[in-house]
Amino acid sequence: MRNIFERAINTLGWARLIIAAFLLVLFCVAPFVGIRIDTSLSDILVRVGMNGIMVLSMIPMIQSGCGLNFGLPLGVIAGLVGAVTSMEFNWAGFFGFFMAIVFAVPLAIILGYLYAQILNRAKGDEMMIATYVGFSSVAFMCMMWLLLPYRNPLLLWGFGGTGLRTTISLEGFWLSILDKFLSFRIGSLFFFPTGTLLLFALACLLMWGFFRTKTGAAMMATGSNPLFARANGVDTDQMRTLSVIISTVIGAIGMVVYEQSFGFIQLYMGPFYMAFPAVAAVLLGGATINRATITNVVIGVILFQSILTMTPSVINNVLKTDMAEVIRIIVSNGMILYALTRKEQAKK
Amino acid sequence: MFQAFHLFQMIRSSNKGERQISSNPLLSIKNIQKDFYGNKVLEDISFDLDRGEIVGLVGENGAGKSTLMNILFGMPVIQKTGGYKGTVQLNGKDICFRDPVDAIEAGIGMVHQEFFLIPSFTATENILLNRESTQYNFLVELFGDRLQKLDRTAMKERAIRAIQTLGVDIHPDTLVSEMPVSYKQFTEIAREIDREQMKVLVLDEPTAVMTESEASTFLTAMKRLAARGIGQIFISHRLHEILEVCDKIVVLRDGKVIKNIPASEATLRNIASWMVGREVGTTSFRRARSADDQDTSVLLSIDKLKVDMPGERVKNVSLEVREGEILGIGGLAGQGKLGIANGIMGLYPAQGSIILNGKPLPLNNPLESLKAGVAFISEDRRGVGLLLNESLKLNIAFTAMQVKDRFIKRLPGGIKWQDWNELDASAKEFIDRLEIRCTGPDQRVVELSGGNQQKVCVAKVLAMEPKLLLASEPTRGIDIGAKQLVLEVLREFNQRDRTTIVMTSSELQELRSICDRIAIVYEGEIVGIVPADAPMEDIGLLMLGNKLVDEPTHA
Ligand SMILES: Nc1ncnc2c1ncn2[C@@H]1O[C@H](COP(=O)(O)OP(=O)(O)OP(=O)(O)O)[C@@H](O)[C@H]1O
Ligand SMILES: [Mg+2]
Repeated sequence: MRNIFERAINTLGWARLIIAAFLLVLFCVAPFVGIRIDTSLSDILVRVGMNGIMVLSMIPMIQSGCGLNFGLPLGVIAGLVGAVTSMEFNWAGFFGFFMAIVFAVPLAIILGYLYAQILNRAKGDEMMIATYVGFSSVAFMCMMWLLLPYRNPLLLWGFGGTGLRTTISLEGFWLSILDKFLSFRIGSLFFFPTGTLLLFALACLLMWGFFRTKTGAAMMATGSNPLFARANGVDTDQMRTLSVIISTVIGAIGMVVYEQSFGFIQLYMGPFYMAFPAVAAVLLGGATINRATITNVVIGVILFQSILTMTPSVINNVLKTDMAEVIRIIVSNGMILYALTRKEQAKK
Repeated sequence: MFQAFHLFQMIRSSNKGERQISSNPLLSIKNIQKDFYGNKVLEDISFDLDRGEIVGLVGENGAGKSTLMNILFGMPVIQKTGGYKGTVQLNGKDICFRDPVDAIEAGIGMVHQEFFLIPSFTATENILLNRESTQYNFLVELFGDRLQKLDRTAMKERAIRAIQTLGVDIHPDTLVSEMPVSYKQFTEIAREIDREQMKVLVLDEPTAVMTESEASTFLTAMKRLAARGIGQIFISHRLHEILEVCDKIVVLRDGKVIKNIPASEATLRNIASWMVGREVGTTSFRRARSADDQDTSVLLSIDKLKVDMPGERVKNVSLEVREGEILGIGGLAGQGKLGIANGIMGLYPAQGSIILNGKPLPLNNPLESLKAGVAFISEDRRGVGLLLNESLKLNIAFTAMQVKDRFIKRLPGGIKWQDWNELDASAKEFIDRLEIRCTGPDQRVVELSGGNQQKVCVAKVLAMEPKLLLASEPTRGIDIGAKQLVLEVLREFNQRDRTTIVMTSSELQELRSICDRIAIVYEGEIVGIVPADAPMEDIGLLMLGNKLVDEPTHA
């Protein structure tokens, strides 16, 4: 009995138990300050589905030793281009959503391949390079959004201006298409986004399956001991390249899923900060910079999004002010900071 | 002011120390118990260590020696796995370290089974890490000790002094990454003995990768330290070393102290049988070479091989290995014996030509070497040989899976799925065959004892069913009983499957017991190849670079 308990603490880690306990407290307090549990739960589920796949995209690069994917904006950009292109043709419904992914994936593959070439030349400094790649790609796209030859007036600045808008609504295209797929309500306030969560589960399953294949084992070995991998017949550069491509592609798909749930497409500076919440979530889930599991992703995204949903609303209601947004920013950045300090510990 | 107080304290404590010599042992281990999640590893261990005494700690692989030392030294892994029961006393006071830093401050030094050195630092820097000699400068007043300037000359002098105590010849400016393995070991020890307040030194298999002459230098250094009053606990699987330096021998078996006797009352044979719990024979393996062995074809032919392996450079090696033979490669550390196998595997930049089975072998490409039927046991099991955080079964199957598509189930769409049933089955087979002590095929390799990790490395290459097996220090850290077993398994593969073996070892006895011929490497070249039953003196001369043919009797 004691052994089981010890093992649980060892695998879960104190940090996660404490955060979970804190969440439990928030949930207990919530009803007394006038927050409905069912609404909150529903919010959390939607957010988990929305962000899950992007967090999952961290795994391949971590496992191959490329570290945390601060270059996620590349995948995000591919997802945005895919979405905008699909909308350019006025495709709506599932077909539109599907075509957004179809356009996004090849672009993600190309971007991922180029990104991998850079990373392979900067072994040991991957994460710093990744951050710069992420930021400069966003800057580059700020220019491109203005120049790309999109014609659909719904996407452009009003009255025949050139360039895409900063915020494009998905209303009438594929808004909440996955969220609503097979979804159900309990009472009037609890909404279960079945489709999105199903897709997240499916993505997790595929990821798990991938690491059960021969190539998956080679990728894992590349990250956990490159010398071993090389001595045992693995082409480590090739594995790293593959991992970066997979991460970028999943990031792109994750972005399309995020958009349908969020309801808007945010161009220009939108992708700038996308990497940090995903990185923080996977670290909170217990991953280190060279080892991450599906469990880390699932636990991490649930904890991160729950705290992000609950803390602002509880504090807001306790203080009876309207500071939800400010508190959300504080909490989110606080958690990112905390998670990044944990990264340093993991390195030792 | 503070210094005067410190001095006073020191005098007082040393006076007290003298008075207490008769009553209190230096270190006393009492009723230590330790389990890893219910798996009992140590049960009720007690023994003492006096000033200037050397205690030999012996036991089979997995008997719990390293675990006991980790407890003494406060290694974090002990706390993380639930702590331990029992007490440890230093100078009569209870101690329980949560951190190695505490242990060091209390005067306990440890040389680990696996290295704890910084490769990109020089010998001096490693020896004096965190205890650098500093020069005063005014910034210290403002910002504290951290900004004192390093006094390079004083540091070098201290390092040289520490190295001289050991009686080896390491240049203080050599980078650790450029050193042969046994020099790394000496550097670790030099680091420990530089500590002035050191009272107890724990040595966990320091001699495992040393040749005989290096080991005897090392043992001399140990005796010197003992004369300075330092108590030492010495772990080794080379029992003759234990008999040579130790005052007392403690034998562990299955986590219990089986014997605790003065070394004078033990013989090699006794110790071995106490360790294993049964009689250990000392049969020699050498087979009589049958007639048809003589005219088998050449399997591997190496011409003018140059390998740029730091610390083990190969300058110019030409060599022919016949199919089905076991060729030994010996030589002193740093002369290049390890570089040959690493070069053939393509792990370090190489030049020259290698012809395997009539076909040229591409250099600098491990995958091609593996595909051509070469397998390799690395001398560096932690660095190159194992995926420490993965299961035993994946470690064993990994190479065969990547190179030969074994242990794979094909799913529709060409997906190569790992066949865990087969993985399990083969792991279980090797666990039985090599007597690997573990909780099962799913245990992580990092949790195994050093010797059992080595057996996993052996299993890994056997699963490859290679044509040519390059085995570098294949029995490193393996106990006396299991060594026989491993060598037997190697020989069985050699005879049954006609696997050709090139075995590099620092232990001459081992080479002589299993090989057909032995090549001796000196300064990156082969100085001579002798039959395994050549006289020891000849081999000894070769190792020092004296070619037998040129000057047969001079030395
Ligand atoms: N972190 C760990 N988790 C679980 N089991 C462990 C761990 N470390 C050691 N063990 C187990 O404890 C036992 C004793 O290991 P230990 O390393 O002390 O052996 P040893 O006597 O040093 O052997 P060797 O001669 O091979 O070095 C082994 O069975 C090993 O599997
Ligand atoms: Mg050990």
